[in-house]
Amino acid sequence: MNWIWFHKLASPPSAYVFATRLRPWLFWVSVVMMLWAAYQGLFVVPLDYQQKDAFRIIYVHVPVASLSLLVYSMMAIAAAIGLIWRMKLAHAVAAACAMPGAILTTLALATGSIWGKPMWGAWWAWDARLTSELILLFLYLGYMALRASFDDIGRADRASAILAIVGIVNVPIVKYSVVWWNSLHQGQTLSLFGKSEIDPSMATPLVVMIFAFLLFFGAVLCDGLRAEILRRERNASWLSELKV
Amino acid sequence: MMQPVRHTPGPLHLAAVVLMRELRLALRRWDQVLQPLIFFVVVVTLFPLATNPELSALRHIAPGVLWVAAMLASLLAADALFRPDVEDGTMEQWVLSGQPLPWLLFSKSLAHWLLTGLPLVLVTPVVAVSLGVEQGFGTIMMVLALGTGVLTLLGAVGAALTVGLRRGNMLMALLVLPLEMPVLIFGAQAVESAMRNEPALGIISLLASVLLLAMILTPFAMAASMRISIE
Repeated sequence: MNWIWFHKLASPPSAYVFATRLRPWLFWVSVVMMLWAAYQGLFVVPLDYQQKDAFRIIYVHVPVASLSLLVYSMMAIAAAIGLIWRMKLAHAVAAACAMPGAILTTLALATGSIWGKPMWGAWWAWDARLTSELILLFLYLGYMALRASFDDIGRADRASAILAIVGIVNVPIVKYSVVWWNSLHQGQTLSLFGKSEIDPSMATPLVVMIFAFLLFFGAVLCDGLRAEILRRERNASWLSELKV
Repeated sequence: MMQPVRHTPGPLHLAAVVLMRELRLALRRWDQVLQPLIFFVVVVTLFPLATNPELSALRHIAPGVLWVAAMLASLLAADALFRPDVEDGTMEQWVLSGQPLPWLLFSKSLAHWLLTGLPLVLVTPVVAVSLGVEQGFGTIMMVLALGTGVLTLLGAVGAALTVGLRRGNMLMALLVLPLEMPVLIFGAQAVESAMRNEPALGIISLLASVLLLAMILTPFAMAASMRISIE
């Protein structure tokens, strides 16, 4: 296997061009998928026998919540790659993950809260799933605060990478909190490979919505990565010759 | 024939050297060593003043009060863990010494726990009585000993990460406290069952395993952070 394409991609100029070209595809495909899934989820899918119309918030809540974990894992893996192989682009990817990740976590908490009020009768409960998701938000915020407190970008990269890696212990805790503890939050109902506990008519739009959010995050990440590259390479000569 | 003897100290010897140095330094500035302990007692004192001072009411919040105070005290102490050594250049010599840095920093954290964590554990029964705790002191001390060990190790990682920054104190709280929350949850649960004289072995084992895991993993995070901080 020839890895030259990979090494090429890891250089800032080609990564910049690649992200610029990829972005519109990710964005528009995700918009189409999102519109379809939102229409299905809001108008076509039948009512839940217990939760009635209120369950429809699942089409926002589950995608943002699962992405909040996925993005953190991505951030930690990218940070580890940057730390171990001293790959600057990986650090840029990790840095670009933080803000969207924090926003996704906030959205997951907010939509969960809105869903919880009619279902559990409370905006918030000190439950294992909710608390660990809140800790995830704190980890994102701490990561960004640490990054912002260094003047030198190389040191900021490596110091925040260690924090991201240490913080990954929280990811399995969030994921399995509904299994390990008696939780007010419902258990896992959707499974991509095994048998889901959710009805197929409800599941299909949900799966499409999850992938739509994933692609949308990809588009946001492309933008964030481009901004990071511009910030890091602002004195580089290739930028003045760039034509995209 | 005379051969030059090259001393390569074994790991235990190395740890003993670090420990002795830390303890000797602590003896010379014992007033600073006492500060986290006094802080712990003062924070606990705040709760009866701020809430209902009836012992029956305090008993309900005692586990949480003890743990929050212990966390804050250990956080306050952790900031001074590496700062003097980094500022006077000792840490640079440690990094350049060719000795395993994770092991050196782990030994230093152990000394730090002996100087800040252990006194806190020993004073806990007195403080607990003032919060209306009537039984289970042995278990409470055991739980606090395990828990403050984890707090010290996590605090050391945070301290190593932020020691290069001029004002890292608040930032360190932001980084370390979320990671310490599981200890708070399990620790407070264990204290609560100890107060009711219920068996707490399950939670104690859980805390002990968290401590072992932290002992194995955090020294490497400390060393990596320290190399970044002092470059």
